Amino acid sequence: MKIEVLGTGCAKCKTLEKVVQEAVAKSGKFAQIVKVEDIMKIMEYQVLSTPALVIDGKVVSSGRVLSVDEVLAFINA
Amino acid sequence: MFDWWQSLSGMLIFDILGFVPQTHLGEALHFFLYDTLKIFMLLIAIIFLVSFLRTYFNTEKVRVYLQRKSEFTGNVLAAFFGIITPFCSCSAIPLFLGFMQARIPMGITFSFLISAPLNNEIAIAMLFGLFGWKITALYIGFGLFVAIFGGYVIGKMRLEKYVLIPVTPMEGELADVKIELSVEQRAKEAWEYTLDIFKKIYLYVIVGVGIGAFIHGFVPADFIAQYAGGDVWYAVPLAVIMGIPMYSNAAGVMPLVEVLTDKGMLLGTALSFMMAVTALSLPEAMILKRILHVKLIALFFGIVGFGILVVGYVFNLIL
Repeated sequence: MKIEVLGTGCAKCKTLEKVVQEAVAKSGKFAQIVKVEDIMKIMEYQVLSTPALVIDGKVVSSGRVLSVDEVLAFINA
Repeated sequence: MFDWWQSLSGMLIFDILGFVPQTHLGEALHFFLYDTLKIFMLLIAIIFLVSFLRTYFNTEKVRVYLQRKSEFTGNVLAAFFGIITPFCSCSAIPLFLGFMQARIPMGITFSFLISAPLNNEIAIAMLFGLFGWKITALYIGFGLFVAIFGGYVIGKMRLEKYVLIPVTPMEGELADVKIELSVEQRAKEAWEYTLDIFKKIYLYVIVGVGIGAFIHGFVPADFIAQYAGGDVWYAVPLAVIMGIPMYSNAAGVMPLVEVLTDKGMLLGTALSFMMAVTALSLPEAMILKRILHVKLIALFFGIVGFGILVVGYVFNLIL
């Protein structure tokens, strides 16, 4: 599983990255977490508000800092 | 609406705690207690309401609506969307580029980028709490004017060459975006967001009201009119320049503005100041600098600043 956190480096983006790390640790699954800061790459996902969360190439959330449980639900889905 | 709290807080300060009414200290304390709690209640209620309504919109949806709109109509729509769309200035870059990809004219994008921070939920809640609905409506109305005017002028100047990143326009039309949330989910989200904001700003409110209470109790009523001259010509530009560095502190600055208007500052000057605080944001300019030439950002500030000046002068004249 590949989880990408899209964000240009704002405070909210960093928070989301930490949440994702915690969620992955909780899930016990093996997942690669990538922080995408390059604006051109972010644009490729058609995301207009950051932070956004991408799981296996699919945008599952944008413009929000999710809770650990919400991210867990996405990982287990 | 808050008469009960006015008398209750008065009873607490004067009867129970024994401070003397009509003294500097007593009046300042009463003002502080009354204002802080009133603003806290209004902040929570209004931010919750605004963020609940905003769960029905997002920037992706706005982009779909704005695609293929002609210049003036687009500017007006974008300015209105700025009020009801959740937006954080940290998303300014993806928003800007994403709108360009959808071939939305740059002036329309700027109308949105001016209107959104101007009509942020904290500013609106503070204004409503301190000045009442009439001033809030005027602020929103004039804010829309500045956003439409600023975006329109920037659009007419054809400044696309100052965008530093090449943007490939996408083909075809965008499909509408659906937001599927139940009312409970929206309420829950709005409530979490409200608490989040409240935690961030309550200290600023207390400090702002504290200084305001001090001025309220200790500074004579015609102080500003007497010493600074409420209607001098340079009051409005001075207010705008002073407003620029105060972006993150709208919550702390606005209680001060309320007290200063009590002490003789003209309302147009006050409105200009508050608009400069919210619309001319240095952090947002720094973010946009990564994709826009400094010249474009300077023009953006200049044009919006000019619009705010006009609002201040007109308002001082007609009131």
